[in-house]
Amino acid sequence: MNCAEFEVLLHALIDGELDAGHARDVEAHAAQCSACAEKLASFRAMRDAMSAAVLKEPAPAHLRSRIEASLAVPATPNTTAKGFFQPSRRGFFGGFALGSALSAAVAASLVLTVMRDNQQQVVADEVVSAHIRSLQAGHLMDVETSDQHTVKPWFNGRVDVAPPVVDLTAKGFTLLGGRLDYIDGQPVAAIVYQRRKHLINLFVAQRLGAKRGGPLSQSIQGYNVRHWSQDGLDFWAVSDLAGDELDEFVQKIEAALRAT
Amino acid sequence: MANDAFADQERMRRFRDAALPHLDDAFTLARYLMRNSSDAEDAVQECYLRALRHFDSYRGPAMKPWLLTILRNVCNAEFARRRREDVPTDPTQDSAVTEEMPMWQEPQASPEGLVLRQQEDATIRRLVAELPQPFREVIVLREINDLSYQEIADVAGVPVGTVMSRLARARAMLRSAWNAAETAAAKSGSAAASGIAL
Repeated sequence: MNCAEFEVLLHALIDGELDAGHARDVEAHAAQCSACAEKLASFRAMRDAMSAAVLKEPAPAHLRSRIEASLAVPATPNTTAKGFFQPSRRGFFGGFALGSALSAAVAASLVLTVMRDNQQQVVADEVVSAHIRSLQAGHLMDVETSDQHTVKPWFNGRVDVAPPVVDLTAKGFTLLGGRLDYIDGQPVAAIVYQRRKHLINLFVAQRLGAKRGGPLSQSIQGYNVRHWSQDGLDFWAVSDLAGDELDEFVQKIEAALRAT
Repeated sequence: MANDAFADQERMRRFRDAALPHLDDAFTLARYLMRNSSDAEDAVQECYLRALRHFDSYRGPAMKPWLLTILRNVCNAEFARRRREDVPTDPTQDSAVTEEMPMWQEPQASPEGLVLRQQEDATIRRLVAELPQPFREVIVLREINDLSYQEIADVAGVPVGTVMSRLARARAMLRSAWNAAETAAAKSGSAAASGIAL
């Protein structure tokens, strides 16, 4: 386990979401790494303070009676919620929240899911940040031309892939140019397209959040993000364009690449 | 007819027994999502009405996450409606400062609210309330509503892995905000106000 994994899994540990085996792994890492041990201790202290604090906001009495009135059982004495006690707060280290026999398998797949999603999510977030950065004045393009034969060679020596640059002007997406960006610690080719007033950044690199993750389609901070892999490259398209139009863009790019 | 009436009565009773115990949980989540008490009340009431309508299709397993899912949809629908009508309240862009903050200092109508809250609780509430929406939501569902990761994933409609990464980020943000608040409190000479050392 490395420190990045630990940072996510320590929360599963203090929330009692890990089985004994994984909990041991997480604790074993903390035993070797003082920075992580310190983190764990401070998150535990915060968790303790939060559990002790009275954070639940009781529903105002008038709301309760309004709702009770709307749920009145006609012609019978009112049943009240009193005495209906819900078993609620799990113990701090409530043991195996995931159950017994299956817990190891479930937790193993949980961890895999976490690692995959987490890595994908980190890249997805970075891609959106890069897109937002690019919208600031003067950051959008390093090479500004609608000629694909100028954009493509410009990337030579700047990134370690030859990003495919296709001109989709005829299909409603205008090629504006290209830019060098950094995502997940590596140089990435960013190719900029425009549809009406909406800009689309298409980021292309090798191994950019792919690994075990499949195609991804989500919306982050109001931007639509699409991710797919093709011809050994990872593609991320980001835009404020509507989801279906961004899908159309992705399909056009995929089709153009297949044709070459 | 008499049988129908009896069945309705029975159904209503089952719904009340199942749903009313979660009223405080529902109100708490609504309060943090809507960021003001009267909007939260409306959302909770709408949630209970919708839940009653769909109670026949409810198959479990747990009532609380089911209710909170409905509640979250009600809140999101309200935000979507406001966006359409250009009311400048965008849950995806709320940056605490632009909202009606601080949400916890308005007078409480309930008797419980009159009880003097500990300053520490108030600080935690404020810091949670200042988190951006997806992080605020995951913290409330986890720390206050006490849902499991899987239940949070179901309520928020995201994979468990996303829940975990959001929770990690949310707590990291809370921790640094908290440290800052502690430092500020110590500087202003009221170090005794809070006994938590982080």
